[in-house]
Amino acid sequence: MAAYEFVDHNYDVVVVGAGGSGLRAALGCAQAGLKTACVTKVFPTRSHTVAAQGGISAALGNMGEDDWRWHMYDTVKGSDWLGDQDAIEYLCRSAPAAIYELEHWGVPFSRTDDGKIYQRAFGGMTKNYGEAPQQRTCAAADRTGHAILHTLYGQSVRNAVEFFTEYFALDLIMDDEGACRGVTAWKLDDGTLHRFTAQMVILATGGYGRAYFSCTSAHTCTGDGNAMVLRAGLPLQDMEFVQFHPTGIYGAGVLITEGVRGEGGYLTNSQGERFMERYAPSAKDLASRDVVSRAMTIEIREGRGVGPNKDHIFLHLDHLDPKIIHERLPGISDSARIFAGVDVTKEPIPVLPTVHYNMGGIPTNYHGEVLTKVGGNPDAVVPGLMAVGEAACVSVHGANRLGSNSLTDLVVFGRAAGLRAAETIKPGQTVPGPKAAQTDPHLARFDFFRNANGSTPTAKLRLEMQKAMQDDCAVFRMGETLESGVKRIADVYARVPDIAVTDRGLIWNTDLVETLEFDNLIANAAVTVNSAVNRQESRGAHAREDFAERNDEVWMKHTLAWLDAKTGAVRLDYRPVHAYTLSNDISYIAPKARVY
Amino acid sequence: MVQFTLPRNSKPTTGRHTPAPAGATKVKTFKVYRYDPENGLNPRWDTYDVDVGACGPMVLDVLIHIKNTMDPTLTFRRSCREGVCGSCAMNIAGRNTLACTVAWQDCPGDHLAISPLPHTPVVKDLVPDLTLFFAQYSSIEPWLQTDTPTPQKEWTQSPDDRRKLDGLYECILCACCSTSCPSYWWNGEKYLGPAALLQAYRWLIDSRDEATGDRLDDLEDPFKLYRCHTIMNCAQVCPKGLNPAKAIAEIKKMMVERVV
Repeated sequence: MAAYEFVDHNYDVVVVGAGGSGLRAALGCAQAGLKTACVTKVFPTRSHTVAAQGGISAALGNMGEDDWRWHMYDTVKGSDWLGDQDAIEYLCRSAPAAIYELEHWGVPFSRTDDGKIYQRAFGGMTKNYGEAPQQRTCAAADRTGHAILHTLYGQSVRNAVEFFTEYFALDLIMDDEGACRGVTAWKLDDGTLHRFTAQMVILATGGYGRAYFSCTSAHTCTGDGNAMVLRAGLPLQDMEFVQFHPTGIYGAGVLITEGVRGEGGYLTNSQGERFMERYAPSAKDLASRDVVSRAMTIEIREGRGVGPNKDHIFLHLDHLDPKIIHERLPGISDSARIFAGVDVTKEPIPVLPTVHYNMGGIPTNYHGEVLTKVGGNPDAVVPGLMAVGEAACVSVHGANRLGSNSLTDLVVFGRAAGLRAAETIKPGQTVPGPKAAQTDPHLARFDFFRNANGSTPTAKLRLEMQKAMQDDCAVFRMGETLESGVKRIADVYARVPDIAVTDRGLIWNTDLVETLEFDNLIANAAVTVNSAVNRQESRGAHAREDFAERNDEVWMKHTLAWLDAKTGAVRLDYRPVHAYTLSNDISYIAPKARVY
Repeated sequence: MVQFTLPRNSKPTTGRHTPAPAGATKVKTFKVYRYDPENGLNPRWDTYDVDVGACGPMVLDVLIHIKNTMDPTLTFRRSCREGVCGSCAMNIAGRNTLACTVAWQDCPGDHLAISPLPHTPVVKDLVPDLTLFFAQYSSIEPWLQTDTPTPQKEWTQSPDDRRKLDGLYECILCACCSTSCPSYWWNGEKYLGPAALLQAYRWLIDSRDEATGDRLDDLEDPFKLYRCHTIMNCAQVCPKGLNPAKAIAEIKKMMVERVV
């Protein structure tokens, strides 16, 4: 192996990732007087939070009476009761304050006539425990994520967060006691390797949508943090739950916000029928995402898809006032024109359920502390390690996330992680320097891929993985197809040692970046498909045709999945779902049939 | 007339040609700027005969197709692929734009030339160094500044006042505008450039912001603001359809108005 030298850095906190949750966590830590670094593989405003469109939920009550308890009920029901209700209470109670904070920092929210933050309807958001749709989703037109991310970046600059931009994180530095002591990274613009030691590492690395062939996710959504956790011998939770967004543009996969339906848009099949009325008589097009995606898939399967191949669905907003479209949905009007050639004021948008969000991820408590199961303790905290955002599984989204709860998750739990870090660590305490043995495997992996001269190029292996996930682990699942998925993913995994990298440089070697990202993706894919074949019930986004019902007796539990990174073998275990709330202000919401 | 020439080590040479794969149905030639910082050689123009029948419609699709199937060493930034993150800004057929939202069929020329954003230091291939650009953005203090005690709930803002931010807040910091501005090419160290000034105006015109005077003071400088000569390249190229030149003119008007 070539000799590599590390450049050393020491911080109180190192945040990996600079999307909404990473920036919010870094900000909180910096404001608390902790010396904070933020390591990110893309410039902060390039993070995928920027692509969030419709909005951020909070029971502000700007459009009529609202209550955080109603928001909590909707979230629990949306999660198909797999969410931890203590964490969901924390999310919904903290949401309004988090929104006001964003507004005070300058987010350009759309406004009501009396100058308050405008809120729109979104799937699964209701008033009075499911009675009728509720306008709870705070919006900055259809560019809410962009507005929030840019605002958070401005605040980070103001609070002197130290950014290490275009540094690709490699692995977690774990000590012999199982505590996290830092992270290693590769600086793209000069090719140097860096070792960050820290009292706390906060992973905010986002989801892994790119494990699939067609997703709304950015190219950079490669589950890097998830894979680092797996390589550190820690489990991921509920990875079988992958959200398909009902309205990705047919072909391009680009997102069209649920806010379109929140503003009055609707779906039709080849007969021009508003078919959602059959599947969700009350909520119709504003049912939860998993429900709408399944309905669309059934319509297409039964021959009622639109287009020459009858393989997609139409999304109409051509009946809406062009003024409303111009003011509230300008971004998706552009997307539809550019990627589908459609003028939304005149024609429907061709759409298809598209991979969008990972409910699963790194298990944490509602403070953001990473958990693992040790002996009989399912809530053992991993010292020195936190996770926030899509990378984390708190779990507030359970088996299915409600639209606009994701941005809330980012800022609420990003903030919570900052508060917890400020509580648990003292500024300036030194962390024992890492031993070579702790980082040698990081270098070995890096060096292996850098010099990989096998026979299959990264792009080819990656495509095989993406096709396998798309074919065998999609909206509807069957034992048979999932078994096939397990085999196909195992086959790809086994061929990683035979991978071919062409670029041998160290400066901005994106051939190597993509290979390291692929290696992260295949780890995520392996635990996802293995967790999916194991769960013999239907819950939220995990819809098994061979086990069509939810089975609370057996499956009201979180899946934990460990990966043997060498062999690709997956080991599974479980954690109980928290059947309690945080306070006496609301009691546990007991499971019942989930009807929209 | 004065003649300018590039330094010797900046002159691109003719590079490699990669032919289309056998069986390609529809071939188009792309000419791509390449620079490898690790081999000590001059930049070069590589040409690729791409089977455009086998890839998506956008220039970014073509670049990814080249990287996946013809030349894995080709280096460029990309992320969202839908025109909101600003990563894949580059010069395509002589015009700064986002590779992800421009269809190659809409670009002129038989040999479609793709190069990094002009007048930026090139790190590798199509990856420019934007350190200065981002530092200038930070320098305009892109955050809400107020003296009035913060309210319990939101600051109120009328829909009309909110509308004043439209056409400003949508900026994705792709740098297409600044790096297309001849005045910025000439005085990039001191002139803030259209992107940073567009954002300066975004905060100046925000009805909630109370630091207007300080913000204008900061811009009252022969270079930071006044090197805009209304060339308008910024408005021509902005992939989001924004008009930085107009924002700059509005700042200049505010400067005048506060004196008279």
